[in-house]
Amino acid sequence: MKWLSLTAILLFLVACSASTPKTSLYVQIGGNIGAEKLVDAFIKQIGNDDVILPYFRESNVRHFREGFITHLCDTLDGPCDYEGDSMVQIHTGMAISESDFNRVVDLLINAMSEVGIAHSVQNQVLARLAPMRSEVIKL
Amino acid sequence: MKWASVFAVCLFVCGSTYAATGKLLATPGVSQVEGSAGGGIVPWAQLAGYASEDEWSASGFCSRASLKDYQLDVCGVQANLFDRVELSFARQNFDVDALNLDIEQDIVGAKVRLYGDIVYSKYPQLSFGIQHKSLDDATVANLLGAEDDSGTDYYLAASKLHLGAVGGYNWFWNITMRHSRANQLGLLGYGGANDSTPWQLEASSAVFLSRHWAVGAEYRQKSNNLGLGESDWKDIFVAWIPNKSVSVTAAWLDLGKIAGQTSQTGWYLSVTGYF
Ligand code: HEM
Ligand code: HEM
Repeated sequence: MKWLSLTAILLFLVACSASTPKTSLYVQIGGNIGAEKLVDAFIKQIGNDDVILPYFRESNVRHFREGFITHLCDTLDGPCDYEGDSMVQIHTGMAISESDFNRVVDLLINAMSEVGIAHSVQNQVLARLAPMRSEVIKL
Repeated sequence: MKWASVFAVCLFVCGSTYAATGKLLATPGVSQVEGSAGGGIVPWAQLAGYASEDEWSASGFCSRASLKDYQLDVCGVQANLFDRVELSFARQNFDVDALNLDIEQDIVGAKVRLYGDIVYSKYPQLSFGIQHKSLDDATVANLLGAEDDSGTDYYLAASKLHLGAVGGYNWFWNITMRHSRANQLGLLGYGGANDSTPWQLEASSAVFLSRHWAVGAEYRQKSNNLGLGESDWKDIFVAWIPNKSVSVTAAWLDLGKIAGQTSQTGWYLSVTGYF
């Protein structure tokens, strides 16, 4: 079928134009330095968001920064082992709504764009974080 | 068109006031030709608008399909209640150039999300929907041998967005199974002497080139109750989603044979505003 083959070719072209190298996502976001830049940009996004900032009212920014960087490094196959509290333990009691979760995703996307992480890498980072939603929301 | 101007004013006035933003950009899809959230011609499992489970939202759209011998204008409104129920109303205006004839039809729709979320759940989001359609005037439908001037379609739709799945790009697909006796959306009535299977398969797929641009294709099977050789429908589309207030879709349609006229290809343009 003409249409199917057109779609197939399109998908194929898209797939090849960005053929993923074997390097870890952690390396693709710029390794250690990249992760720090990203999380700093993310913290700035949170700091400027009237809806999300209140969640952090009693948080220690430095602790959050270190913890989030290590967790991200671990999640993106970097050379780190996150040994902090579990996602469920951390986010229990926050009662984060679906809507606010997506708002944080938007802030993270803003931060990733700000530090120049490529669109295709952004999507793969999000794909790693998305499955954790159920360990974070409505607890 | 009167509807279009009302809609434009509303878009302008309401756009800046309340708007639910609880979903990720572009995930509600756009508005299909019968008023449900979907692509251009296929209803998808997503519910219209950006409401998440503790929000509501309203949206409105107008679309125009301009074919070789026909033109179809549609305007409609949708409500999303807590990302569980979608209610829609659409009015279609089908213009037959050669006969200087207008066929008008109202469509009331409802869709219920049964399971999941197109981004986060393990399995695809699943929804069940109905579209009740009624013609203003059944003259043409009767003339062509249709049995009824109104009918109810129902469908089951499954959708999933795979993050970064195709070379790092987000990939979307939807499959819809529809039960319908409608002839050309119902514009040519319902049922007929040549009644064939009422089950039809519809499918869409899209790749997001960025957060704001998607390209894709759709396919919709059609029945042939009137024996006039009703063709399956196809389109390729590009959608622009600049923000959570508006989306614009352009498509190239191939609707095949309609009421005896062959090669009905043409352009489609649709705008949806979210309030
Ligand atoms: C780099 C990003 C950030 C900037 C530029 C920033 C900036 C500020 C500023 C200007 C204030 C007001 C200080 C005042 O009124 O005395 C403030 C207050 C505050 N920020 Fe941030 N902030 C950022 C990130 C964060 C983050 C990520 C958190 C939480 C994890 C946070 C938690 C707070 C809290 C709790 C206050 C209130 C402090 C108080 O009233 O005692 N901030 N921030
Ligand atoms: C998949 C999504 C998420 C992941 C992977 C994640 C991960 C983390 C991690 C690793 C920490 C611990 C940092 C540390 O060691 O102190 C943390 C803390 C925190 N997270 Fe999340 N988070 C997610 C979503 C969210 C969302 C959506 C919100 C709020 C709307 C949120 C609010 C917080 C707050 C307030 C803290 C600080 C807790 C404290 O002060 O002890 N998180 N998150």
